[in-house]
Amino acid sequence: MIAEHAIILVVVLPLLVAPLCVLLGRGTLAWGAATLAVWSSFGLALHLLGRVLEEGVLRYQLGGWAPPVGIEYRLDLAGALVMTIVTAIGAVVLPYSFASVRREIDEHRHAWFYACLLLCFAGLLGITVTGDAFNLFVSLEISSLATYVLVSIGRDRRALTAAFRYLLLGTVGATFYLIGVGFLYQMTGTLNMEDMARILTEARPDGLGPVHSTKTVRAALAFLTVGTFLKIALFPLHVWLPNVYAYAPSVVSAFLSATATKVAILVLLRVFYTVDGKATPFDALPIADTMVPLAIVGALVASFVAIYQRDVKRLLAYSSIAQVGYMAIGIGLATQAGLAASLLHMINHAIMKGTLFLAVGCIVYRVGQTRLEGLRGVGREMPLTSTALVLGGLSLIGVPLTAGFVSKWALLQAVLADSHWIVAALILLSSLLSILYVGQVIHVLLLRKRPPGAAPIQEAPLWMVLPTLVLAIGNLWFGIASDQAAEVSRQAAEFLIREVAP
Amino acid sequence: MEFLGYINYWVFIVLMMSGFYLFLSARNLVKKIIGLNLFQTSVFIYYISTGKLRDGSVPIQTEGIESYSNPLPHVLILTAIVVGVASTALGLSLILRIKDDYGSIEEDEIDAQDVLS
Repeated sequence: MIAEHAIILVVVLPLLVAPLCVLLGRGTLAWGAATLAVWSSFGLALHLLGRVLEEGVLRYQLGGWAPPVGIEYRLDLAGALVMTIVTAIGAVVLPYSFASVRREIDEHRHAWFYACLLLCFAGLLGITVTGDAFNLFVSLEISSLATYVLVSIGRDRRALTAAFRYLLLGTVGATFYLIGVGFLYQMTGTLNMEDMARILTEARPDGLGPVHSTKTVRAALAFLTVGTFLKIALFPLHVWLPNVYAYAPSVVSAFLSATATKVAILVLLRVFYTVDGKATPFDALPIADTMVPLAIVGALVASFVAIYQRDVKRLLAYSSIAQVGYMAIGIGLATQAGLAASLLHMINHAIMKGTLFLAVGCIVYRVGQTRLEGLRGVGREMPLTSTALVLGGLSLIGVPLTAGFVSKWALLQAVLADSHWIVAALILLSSLLSILYVGQVIHVLLLRKRPPGAAPIQEAPLWMVLPTLVLAIGNLWFGIASDQAAEVSRQAAEFLIREVAP
Repeated sequence: MEFLGYINYWVFIVLMMSGFYLFLSARNLVKKIIGLNLFQTSVFIYYISTGKLRDGSVPIQTEGIESYSNPLPHVLILTAIVVGVASTALGLSLILRIKDDYGSIEEDEIDAQDVLS
């Protein structure tokens, strides 16, 4: 019974527990409920990933209404992969959140915080499982609205303006998506993604050629693409991101950086591959010609700006924009190897950015701020946290034996297979820049001395250090035993491409 | 006639562009929200227009009526309206807190304060 409904339980469970958190009222109780819900989702997600690997695409009809009339949940390998990332990060972040939230958020808001975190979580998972274009919009907005609250819930007033700007741009992105879906619905008369793909590519009875070659569909794809670019923060639509990650509470930064952009990339893949049966975006629109240059410029500019940041969280935020650039390059190549590299980098980036933001959160817990000049020598007194930070940093640079290396190497191979020499060189250049900014953080934390007379600092509480270290070891694990993740992302990419060319 | 036949879509485009322009150009946070709202509302009009059929009746089955307007876009847009209301409410409440903390809702003045701090 659970196995049959697992695919919807993953989403519904956190959605139902969210109001429960508010009713429980007390921070500790809400935390307990939220942790249970997220861990159950994680368990279900692992179960579903296993099943998708064995049986192929899983389908579920909401309320027993058959598609295309009813809403269909449809989990393919790419969706299951992202679902596993999101739930895994959630499962790691929640134990960590207990101490961190108590330090960074006012007590009367704790229950609301966990409720919003669960709503955001449910929305993100909803995107991974849905097979319905409009349902995707609703899930996207559930997660986005919860995110705006999460960002602004801390004590830093700059988070308010950051959240407000995110709200404005996020809503524009979502509305663009809505317009795109409207155009597609007008042309196809269906909202089910697979049905859309079928109708778009079918020859019409009046002999006018398939619908996907009409201007309306092209306009729809353009709207969908630009709207999603806003959500994944692809350069130059990234302006909302740095302040959001920098001023949000540490837990929120870690959770968002590791999940939200990844799910938005999945939306992009759904638009390019699932909705559009023939991958027209790459034929009809100059997507490859715009996406790859934008992504590469974004990777370079963001890496360059990151070097000059004086705030660790802002620095990591800019690095996130650069990393999103790498993923976009892989997608823009429109080859199977590129797509697989993107998916792999998506997993690995979730792990490494999660590690880094969690480690920074540990430092915030003890020091109370993130400006580089205030952090001199702090790492020496927090050995476990700085171990995690160094591991995450090395992975971000892409040092061999870390997760970052594996996926960057895969990306380089994919780029070289298409003989884009310049792109490959620029990826390497941007990696060199990342040595500079990661090196700067490590230098300040570990090599500089504490100012004389500064109060001694303790290591962060065990329940914060432990999750951080778990993710940090994940970096090594996915770097050394990388075959499994690589194989899964290769299969996921193969499946997405196969949908395109049946 | 051609133009008048598409009047809904012209309204959609004009509203959308004016909303978007207001959203981009206004420096006052409340005006930005107004622009955003206009932008979203224009999309609602678009959706509702797509459901209309010439000579189509309301989608309630009655004898003697053959063609009905398509109710699905209307239902979709109900959901989108809820989403729009939620984001407007959230935006306005954020503005309230910004006003409390910064004492202003003009973007320039807020930015100036952040640079100083």
